[in-house]
Amino acid sequence: MNRVISTLLLQRLVQAGLVAWVVGTLTFILTRALPGDMAFRIAAGRYGYEQVNAEAAAAVQAELGLDQSPLIAYFHWLSDLLSLDLGHSLVSGESVVSELAHQLGHSLDLALMAMLLALVIGVPVGILSGLRPNGWVDRLALVSAVALRSLPPFVIGLLLIMLFAVQLGWLPAAGHGGGSHLWLPAMALALGLAAVSARVTRHGMARVAGSPYYAFSRTRGLSEGQTLARHGLRNVAVPVIAYLSVQLVYLVEGVVVIESLFAWPGIGHALVHAVVARDVPMIQGTALVMGLLFVTLNTLVDLVSLYIDPRRRLS
Amino acid sequence: MMASRSPGLAPSVARFRWASSHTRRRLSHAQRWGISLLAALLVFAWVVPLFLDADPTRQDLMSTLAAPSLQHPLGTDHLGRSMLARVAAAIRLSLGLALLSVVTAALPGLLAGVTAGWRGGWCDRLLSTVADCVLALPGLLLVLMLAAIAPGNFWTLYIGIALVLWVEYFRVVRSATRILAQSPQVESSRLLGFGRWYIFRRHLWPELAPQVTTLAAFGAATSILAVSSLGFVSIGLKPPTAELGLMMTELFPYYQEAPWVLAQPVLALFFMVLSFHLLAGKEPQ
Repeated sequence: MNRVISTLLLQRLVQAGLVAWVVGTLTFILTRALPGDMAFRIAAGRYGYEQVNAEAAAAVQAELGLDQSPLIAYFHWLSDLLSLDLGHSLVSGESVVSELAHQLGHSLDLALMAMLLALVIGVPVGILSGLRPNGWVDRLALVSAVALRSLPPFVIGLLLIMLFAVQLGWLPAAGHGGGSHLWLPAMALALGLAAVSARVTRHGMARVAGSPYYAFSRTRGLSEGQTLARHGLRNVAVPVIAYLSVQLVYLVEGVVVIESLFAWPGIGHALVHAVVARDVPMIQGTALVMGLLFVTLNTLVDLVSLYIDPRRRLS
Repeated sequence: MMASRSPGLAPSVARFRWASSHTRRRLSHAQRWGISLLAALLVFAWVVPLFLDADPTRQDLMSTLAAPSLQHPLGTDHLGRSMLARVAAAIRLSLGLALLSVVTAALPGLLAGVTAGWRGGWCDRLLSTVADCVLALPGLLLVLMLAAIAPGNFWTLYIGIALVLWVEYFRVVRSATRILAQSPQVESSRLLGFGRWYIFRRHLWPELAPQVTTLAAFGAATSILAVSSLGFVSIGLKPPTAELGLMMTELFPYYQEAPWVLAQPVLALFFMVLSFHLLAGKEPQ
């Protein structure tokens, strides 16, 4: 049991290291690919465009060691990253870490709410479809799952805004404030996730409901509800939880786009703004935290599936 | 050649031929719908503009947000550009990019997967590590960071998407090849002295092909969604390019005045992704 958990955590730790390396390397390439002379650009940032001359640029170059070879600069870049020195935003001047600390909470709220809503919608629909395979609930669920998966989260978000904010006026269209602002962005992400969760639940449920132990429980005289609660739910939960880790890609990608659409002050929104403004330290910080969020959620899913499925603890 | 002539093997070869042609011909109901939908989109994107005046960037500021007419069968956008021309151009762009990135992802993915699964050893470890690096981040984040290096560039988008997509082929092909390479039929072919190419064509490809085509259909859908998502958050292609995500961002402010104009890129995107999902012949993933 402990060995299984420690190998699992080690794998995820390696993945987190890879995230840091990939993000660090790509942002390093980004700094090198920016047009113009780096020393002049930094000098302009410090003293203003009117004050820059060749001496100022040379001073900056000597001070920051900009004339060193790209390879040494690359190692400096990575060691700064490892010591969590993420620098300051080029736009706001705030330190990247403090900006991220603000935004992380909002992104977590959104991601967790979306996952929760997806399970609350997807699992009951899947169980209903799985108990009566090819019944009308099943067919309807399949058609809506295919339709929802053919729409990217931002289009689902647009449709939700039109319906609930513009036509009905029930919920605010965008922004961040009371609890009511969370509903539409979380729902936009949750519908796509729920579509897949419902299908996975349906297949799991159909398999469990057709199994001998399920039939035996019914012949012993347990009611349909009791059988479902005692022999169904936990067995169905195994594939559903395991599949959540596949869906996390959709969730994290969706968070980036949905936060921009709903002006939700999270990390995805900040990442898109940083890319538009070419704010390299912020791009690095936000992409890093997004990647680490992905790894952390994956680890959580792994641990939960170990907890509910004792068979996996042995292997 | 030798194997098919020997009497003991003949029936199994015949059965194999039958099975492969059988699976090739048997398209599901959903897949047939997918093909028809895709064909309709292709005709709309490439054939219709041949018969109508179709410049996706020509503006006519006297008739903005016009209702459908004979001259502009799908109406005009907020700058008076023909929506028919723009939607057709956007579909051409999305499908072209999807096809290009799927092909460039499938070939190296297949090659790397077969090599890693067959050879094993350091070759497998090296390729798997590269794949793990790509998979560490969600695909869209990787494409987004590459897009940041050269904003608004078609080719960085293409490279980013292909880079993300090849890993799927690699993983699926690698694990299938590992099992197949140990199988008795491959072993006997090797003992009979057949070359690698023959074994690949005769024993590996028939097993891999259905999985690769399913991945290709999902990959095309992924690529279309990625381009439109990046366009939507204004990181992808830049105006005046007709791109579906970008068009939605541009047209959303006019939703109250001209809802049908906004509906067009939404429907085009929906039908394109739907056709590939149906074509994949599997439930959504």
